[in-house]
Amino acid sequence: MNHALERADFDLIASWVQPGERVLDLGCGDGSLLKRLIAERGAKGYGVELEGAAVLAAIGNGINVIQGNLEQGLSGFDDQTFNHVVLSRTLQTVRHTERILSEMLRVGREAVVSFPNFAYWKNRMAVMAGRMPVSEDLPYEWFDTPNLRFFTLLDFEALCAKMSLVVRERQVLDEAGRLVLEEPNFLGSLAVYRLAR
Amino acid sequence: MAGIGIVAAQCAHFTEALKLKGGGLLPAFDLVYETYGTLNAAKSNAILVCHALSGHHHVAGRTADEFGKPTANIGWWDNIVGPGRPLDTERFFIVGVNNLGGCHGSTGPASINPATAKPWGADFPVVTVEDWVDSQARLADHLGIEAWAAVMGGSLGGMQAMQWTLSYPGRVRHALVIAAAPKLSAENIAFNDVARQAILTDPDFHGGHFYEHGVRPLRGLRLARMLGHITYLSDDQMAEKFGRRLRVGAGSYGFDVEFEIESYLRYQGDKFAGVFDANTYLRMTKALDYFDPALDFDDDLARALARARAGFLVVAFTTDWRFSPERSREIVHALVHNGQDVAYAEIDSAHGHDSFLMDEPHYHAVVANYLKRIKP
Repeated sequence: MNHALERADFDLIASWVQPGERVLDLGCGDGSLLKRLIAERGAKGYGVELEGAAVLAAIGNGINVIQGNLEQGLSGFDDQTFNHVVLSRTLQTVRHTERILSEMLRVGREAVVSFPNFAYWKNRMAVMAGRMPVSEDLPYEWFDTPNLRFFTLLDFEALCAKMSLVVRERQVLDEAGRLVLEEPNFLGSLAVYRLAR
Repeated sequence: MAGIGIVAAQCAHFTEALKLKGGGLLPAFDLVYETYGTLNAAKSNAILVCHALSGHHHVAGRTADEFGKPTANIGWWDNIVGPGRPLDTERFFIVGVNNLGGCHGSTGPASINPATAKPWGADFPVVTVEDWVDSQARLADHLGIEAWAAVMGGSLGGMQAMQWTLSYPGRVRHALVIAAAPKLSAENIAFNDVARQAILTDPDFHGGHFYEHGVRPLRGLRLARMLGHITYLSDDQMAEKFGRRLRVGAGSYGFDVEFEIESYLRYQGDKFAGVFDANTYLRMTKALDYFDPALDFDDDLARALARARAGFLVVAFTTDWRFSPERSREIVHALVHNGQDVAYAEIDSAHGHDSFLMDEPHYHAVVANYLKRIKP
């Protein structure tokens, strides 16, 4: 994973968290984002992670990490417990897309979702050239990708409309982690959304 | 990596009576314990290891024979305690204690009742997890430890770690609750009761006063252990280890030992019955059954845990059906509900409930990583 871009993604999320807020990071990996939110924003954070190696690393990072499978929903987490529920670069790996989005907004007041944009121009070029795209934000070959869902900004927004989710804010980044202001579904490689009910 | 070498038990005598949850009063009592590592000047690096049903104070290292040579008697959790091990004796001062009512040196049913000058036997009170924690707090006082860096245990030991955070919130900074549950299920209690009935109905039990008859209820204790042992293993593990394999010469269509699993269980039962006290077994299982911190809070575990100030590490094992991961998640979710600090790891292991005693690298790494956050 590109380091500069990861930070760009995290920069945005960190800017949305107010001091002392409660954050749930789904698919938190080694807990880098939470560690940053705790250090910089004084957030109270929990992470959920499936992979044992990542859980081990998160524990080493002093994170409140809960090992569990997002596909089984967030039962056990109470309604409206968190200010922000983050799903960073993970939605495309989840099978039960609608359920996880609903669950995020059940346990939290705001869902923060980032995902790779399949309609990014380089991805379109790759498909035009007859190959599945491999890029900074889609770094896998078709045969080893953990990604199950391939979708675009427009696709995602259509789903949000269908589910009556409110898009509070949308930021789109290019492969270098710079903000994309025009033609986001064409020039944007990674999208970050703030959603509410 | 080398272990901690030869260890020796110590005994602390307490003369102030201990008030028990069940209403009784224990006038005076002994606790036998071992320590490993060095207590720092600030007395801030102490970890208490609580034992489960059949455990004791000899957690790590080897005891010595009369010539000072190490024996084969290795501590029951030696694989996790020692220099460079997860409970690193270079950093921490580790304390193992035999619980009240035990049969390894601390005051228990086989001890002499000062009122009668005979063994307590059936008259030894039923002690609870809360009572154990109260008695362990006396030991902490005795050792000059104001607050434990951590209290840790597996199974019934994990329940003691949890209880510590509730009975003495200011005296425990971290609780490591491993392969435990917030209370027993009806099924758990049912298994315990069958085990108890095996002992209580043994003709050699004599209502718990078997010491004066010069016998021990070995048959009952053996059955109790065999039953318990089944619940500690996983179906897969049993299938892999024993399957339906027959012993040589078996196939006699009788009731002698034929299948390997029968042989194994009988061996475990005999081994245990030879060294354990039946009255202790009854009391340990009762302590398990009674443990229910949420009882006084309308069964609301989150409310019960709200007074804890410790950070928690909760660990469960995928094949543990005695205290399944689901039961550990109840603890985790109650803590999350309260906004308390908790990490939870669910370890892939084939060994069922017994996994907590196994030298499984990922599991040990989780414990080691968690303990790194403790600054003594």
